[in-house]
Amino acid sequence: MEKENVIVTNELTKRFGYFTAVDKISFAVQKGEIFGFIGANGAGKTTAMRMLCGLSLPTSGTATVAGFDVYKQNEQIKKNIGYMSQKFSLYEDLTIRENIRFYAGIYGLEDRRIREKTALLLQQLHMEDQQGTLVRALPLGWKQKLAFSIAIVHDPAIVFLDEPTGGVDPITRREFWSLIYEAAARGITIFVTTHYMDEAEYCDRVSIMVDGRIDALDKPASLMQQYNSASMDGVFLQLARKATRTEDLIE
Amino acid sequence: MKQFVIFVKKEWLHIWRDRRTLFILLFMPIIQIVLYGFALTNEVKNSRIAVFDQSRDEATRAITGEIGASRYFNLVKNVYSYQGVEATFRKGEIRLAVVFPRGFRYDLLHGNHAQVQLIADASDPNTANTLTNYASSIINNYQQTLQPAATLPYTIKTQVRMLYNPELKGAYNFVPGVMALVLMLVCAMMTSIAIVKEKEMGTMEVILVSPLKPFRIIIAKTIPYLLVSMVNIASILLLSVYALDVPITGNLGLLIAESIVFTITSLSVGILISNTAKTQQTAMFTSMMSLFLPTLLFSGFMFPIENMPAPLRVISNLVPAKWYFIIVKDVMIKGLGFTAVWRETLILVSMTAVLLGVSIYKFKIRLI
Repeated sequence: MEKENVIVTNELTKRFGYFTAVDKISFAVQKGEIFGFIGANGAGKTTAMRMLCGLSLPTSGTATVAGFDVYKQNEQIKKNIGYMSQKFSLYEDLTIRENIRFYAGIYGLEDRRIREKTALLLQQLHMEDQQGTLVRALPLGWKQKLAFSIAIVHDPAIVFLDEPTGGVDPITRREFWSLIYEAAARGITIFVTTHYMDEAEYCDRVSIMVDGRIDALDKPASLMQQYNSASMDGVFLQLARKATRTEDLIE
Repeated sequence: MKQFVIFVKKEWLHIWRDRRTLFILLFMPIIQIVLYGFALTNEVKNSRIAVFDQSRDEATRAITGEIGASRYFNLVKNVYSYQGVEATFRKGEIRLAVVFPRGFRYDLLHGNHAQVQLIADASDPNTANTLTNYASSIINNYQQTLQPAATLPYTIKTQVRMLYNPELKGAYNFVPGVMALVLMLVCAMMTSIAIVKEKEMGTMEVILVSPLKPFRIIIAKTIPYLLVSMVNIASILLLSVYALDVPITGNLGLLIAESIVFTITSLSVGILISNTAKTQQTAMFTSMMSLFLPTLLFSGFMFPIENMPAPLRVISNLVPAKWYFIIVKDVMIKGLGFTAVWRETLILVSMTAVLLGVSIYKFKIRLI
């Protein structure tokens, strides 16, 4: 039985002047799926993701996120998604508890619900004893895990993760991915961009962007077979070699 | 609304956690008032002077005595030659020298054209001017006591009355100035930095993805600074009334209302800066260049605008602090009512409307 699609795009395009950052991408993401979004720097991943989050208006094409149109139903989309940016997105001068409270609060959660969620989340992350610690004092890996848990504190339909594990050691990355699996098991769709090809293998399906286009989209195993490679690294290198862009002109 | 309150609380925590900045914000106005009030005063008191008396008669001694007794001067030296006068100036021992020529009293009583020379250190022109004025008026007074009966057939006597500030206190001028400066700085600079900080940290992106309305985010960020400014206004007013004896002559309610208007103008300037600046440094620098210096130079608080060349006078009209400075002086010092300041108020309100309009127009709901 086909599962319902939570993200559907059709020829979605974003141009900045003469530069086409995202070039007619079409794909669908199913509910509860872990969808990897891979590409070299400047391939257009971040721009594509921003359009889906309602931060950036597409130039042409169509897209719906959680059933809402990205052109018109921006506000509804925002209520139904979570977002973790590649820059670290917690407030360093606030404590763990205050950060949770703030993000839960701006999504309009009830006070009672915020308390329940805070307790649950602290327990899950084994951070009960540190709840009064300023985020500044936490190791990077902890911050990352906390940022992810906070991004889904309001139980969104979809969470967008923009290179969430940059600069983190392999062990913490594994722990981070176990959090992702837990969230996916609860029915939250995960849309994740990454540089790490081992992480690409953790995804249910992977799309590889080259120069603003999606050049490959399938299960990691199928891609490896198709490109006759033992790892996602090999697949990515074969595709990325075709790229003509070098720098990310947007950032 | 609840989200809004949560945001304001969070913003307050940022300020509260950064104790050093909070301390500076709250103490800056107090320190400025104390500095301007007691240390950096441009009133002239106890200036050191020397006398070169070549006549040494009854009249010169009397005049020297009068000058030395005044609170403006402190006679530190008698010199006996022009070389001596010059040497004393060179050493920086005195600001003013009084030179009486030979036969002063004889000239005064018989020739009717006695002369006194006042030599002032004009490397500081304003002080030199003030000192020579004071000295001349003391000498004139002496002349009057000497010849009270000698009334000329036609005389013009000037009678001077210093309105609003009979004691010519500097505080009457700088208290409004410091208020304008502090409010501009706290509201515009601090809010612009606070907004840009979120952009730099990457948290702005996360908030923009949330259902919070972008313009509410901005308003929420300004509210704690508005509160800090209110505390500052209170401390400036209390200090000026109780420490500097500058009374609030006009309506306190009107003064506070006008201050709130100016605070909102400053906040809008800050929002506008935060729209264009990408880093905290840029925000800080833009604020310094576009707010701090113009406020200092063009509000009329340090340098009289009337004396500026026409292009600068035109520029000064664009500085919100200039209008607020006029309002505070009118209401606080002169005790005038709203009818006297409605024009300035209207200018501030229109500036705010334009600034906010441009900000809203430029503020991007979608980042790109």
